[in-house]
Amino acid sequence: MNKILSLEMVNITKRFPGVIANQDVNIKVNAGEVMALLGENGAGKTTLMNILYGLYNPNEGDILINGKKVKIRSPQNALDLGIGMVHQHFMLVPSLTVTENVALGINFKNKFKMDLKVVADKIKKLGEKNNLNVDPNAYISQLSVGEQQRVEIIKALYHGANFLVLDEPTAALTPQETDQLIKWIREIIKDDMGVIFISHKLKEVTEVSDKVEVLRDGKNVFSVQTNKTNVDELAREMAGRDIELPTVDKKNEFGDVVLKVEDVWAKSDKGTDALKGISLALKKGEILGIAGVSGNGQKELAEVITGFRKVNKGKINFKDENIVNKSIQYIIDQGLGFIPEDRLHMGTVPGFKVKENLILKDYLKYPFCKNFILKPKYIESYCKTTVDEYDIKCPNINTPTHALSGGNIQKLILSRELKRNPVALVASYPIRGVDIGAIEYIHEKLLEARNNDVGILLITEELEELLNLSDRIAVIYEGKILDILEADKATKSKLGLLMAGVKEG
Amino acid sequence: MTMASYFQIITNMLAVAVALSAPYIFAAIGEMFSQKSGVLNLGVEGIMMLGAFTAFYFSWAYDNILLGIVMAMVVGILMGLLMAIVSITLKADQGISGIGVYMLGWGIASTLFRLFIGGVQSISGLQDLQIPILGQIPYLGKILFQHNIMVYLALLLVPASWYILYKTPWGLKVRAVGTTPRAADTMGINVIKTRYQCVIIGSMLAGLGGAFLSVAQANMFANDLIAGRGFIAIALVYFGRWEPLGVLKGALLFSLANAFQRWFQISGISFPYEITVVFPYVLIIVVLAFSYKKFSEPTALTVPYDREFKG
Ligand SMILES: Nc1ncnc2c1ncn2[C@@H]1O[C@H](COP(=O)(O)OP(=O)(O)OP(=O)(O)O)[C@@H](O)[C@H]1O
Ligand SMILES: [Mg+2]
Repeated sequence: MNKILSLEMVNITKRFPGVIANQDVNIKVNAGEVMALLGENGAGKTTLMNILYGLYNPNEGDILINGKKVKIRSPQNALDLGIGMVHQHFMLVPSLTVTENVALGINFKNKFKMDLKVVADKIKKLGEKNNLNVDPNAYISQLSVGEQQRVEIIKALYHGANFLVLDEPTAALTPQETDQLIKWIREIIKDDMGVIFISHKLKEVTEVSDKVEVLRDGKNVFSVQTNKTNVDELAREMAGRDIELPTVDKKNEFGDVVLKVEDVWAKSDKGTDALKGISLALKKGEILGIAGVSGNGQKELAEVITGFRKVNKGKINFKDENIVNKSIQYIIDQGLGFIPEDRLHMGTVPGFKVKENLILKDYLKYPFCKNFILKPKYIESYCKTTVDEYDIKCPNINTPTHALSGGNIQKLILSRELKRNPVALVASYPIRGVDIGAIEYIHEKLLEARNNDVGILLITEELEELLNLSDRIAVIYEGKILDILEADKATKSKLGLLMAGVKEG
Repeated sequence: MTMASYFQIITNMLAVAVALSAPYIFAAIGEMFSQKSGVLNLGVEGIMMLGAFTAFYFSWAYDNILLGIVMAMVVGILMGLLMAIVSITLKADQGISGIGVYMLGWGIASTLFRLFIGGVQSISGLQDLQIPILGQIPYLGKILFQHNIMVYLALLLVPASWYILYKTPWGLKVRAVGTTPRAADTMGINVIKTRYQCVIIGSMLAGLGGAFLSVAQANMFANDLIAGRGFIAIALVYFGRWEPLGVLKGALLFSLANAFQRWFQISGISFPYEITVVFPYVLIIVVLAFSYKKFSEPTALTVPYDREFKG
């Protein structure tokens, strides 16, 4: 295996039924260099990287390593060439341990025995050397997203990668973990590693990369040295227009309290107490931000309110009725909307068509259905309008939802939830993995809903987003609300301290 | 009745149960491999039928039981190859293709039986081993050490398959391929090849299970010889939660229920026999209903793998 000194993709074209995901795309990355690959959702970034990794075969185009043409027909080829990839959706086997996951890629000499201890020791060593500590004997399903991220990187390093593709590695990381990752990337390129880094967070892109390549609709549109550009220019090039994120305008009058959580206790999946007597109140027409490092009970909070998780103690009043441990269907029917954290599996049925997912919560009701019979004509026209109105990019409304890009799945869920005219909405990480143009759009829609008197509980880690949208910000820490701030009194540094569990005075 | 005769009855029942469990173990361990890799093979019953016929035919026509058993395995491999092509390469719905394989195996076996054998024929069959010393142990000797060689083969298959699944590189691949094939693929594992291997091994074992019934138990062949054992084997895989030991437990429990039911029928206690016959099946359904836990399930079961499609 030769070291990769330069890697080029030349005139790559990839077509899927109904879309051209990549059209004559060219990129070049040298060892010791970080290239950021930018583009809106569905621009074709992941597709291009999957081609590089041998998961997709391109319709046209070549891959050159050190100037020589190479054939990459399967991930095995890519691994042999020294290319490692951390995928947008992690490629780990949840029912296996960290060591077993790494061992999967090893070609053991002895077919009748695996020496997993040697593997575990090497993982430990690699972890120490690179500051990527994980317990080799832990099961993947017990690890946090950040830890899984580290396992993915260790996997690549273990198998001798000297070129790394990181597809949205920071989408679900905490700000601290992101900083750590960026530092690590700047460190490893000193050993002549080449890196392709994909992200929608432009600030970190300017921090980590040496150069930037922007794709739009599957084509190269812009390439630049990082030190010659800025966040605004990159946003403009990605979206093809100026982007301005909306901010909340102050109002003094709010409606009645619509959702009241009182001293609620609930357990996490692991059986430990995740919510330890949490209390808050959401008014009509208000956006209440929930700040906190993820893993402090946000997921459980969203789930107890929406009926997905059992409440062990406490009360949740929605429209003056205690909805604790009521059925999910009942809570939905009372007018509570939900944008879940795991958009693909909890927010939609991935194998269903776009139109089926759009009416998923109301298909049994008039006008979608009459006398137990679906009304295809009405559904068809309703979904077409919705797709246009919310600018959901999909070949057509009969496309299976999992073929949509992340941002577009998010828009689909948003449109379904908002078009039902909810009384209140729980939005968990609504812009995770979403491009800047779509962020602008989603934020506008959330604010519009607020101005139409919907109460919104906004759970996110992005301080920027919290400060832009919230009327009030509550900080969650270890399953309790540590403090609630009026938005105009909140600052990043104040929130940062509270999120770390420090409460002054 | 005396204490000793009670012991006698129980000993007999246990010995019968051990012998009865062998074909289930073969077929269910085989099906477990197939399912662990993500392929639900509903054709087990048909493959067993064909295996039983093949083994019987060669034992009868050439007077060579070993040849019969080997040929039953060959036929199993071929049926597995068919199932693999249809469900893995052509990505047909696994439920449907499995039923197709079942009917095909059943059809071929009964047609060939009519053509080449025609009526009731019997062979001497595989003899029980006389194991010195161990066979003489009171009670235990009768229960464990007076069986034919295939029973021991079946019992040996349990720890062997456990070792293969959990201690060898190939077993690790199988476990990965059945839960997250895409992740396995990105690690350079050939998902398609691994699934082919598992389905073929599974079918070969089903063929062996069929052979057991015709040349090591009934010593004859008839169209109703398999009598749903292939389907029970599939249920046992769920029952055993995709673990070799679990499968063994299930096979033994079910066989014990069967042995009890047989004894009950001939014991002279007056009771409608239809109900006793149903007893083992009801038992397994009840246990299945209460023991089913999702966590060890190969999550990609029945989902064909397509590299260019994300899901
Ligand atoms: N396997 C597939 N089958 C059909 N269409 C696909 C497939 N994979 C991707 N596409 C389509 O190709 C286009 C590019 O998708 P891709 O996942 O590469 O976007 P992306 O730039 O990575 O977006 P995101 O930022 O949301 O991750 C999209 O329109 C998508 O719907
Ligand atoms: Mg992507």
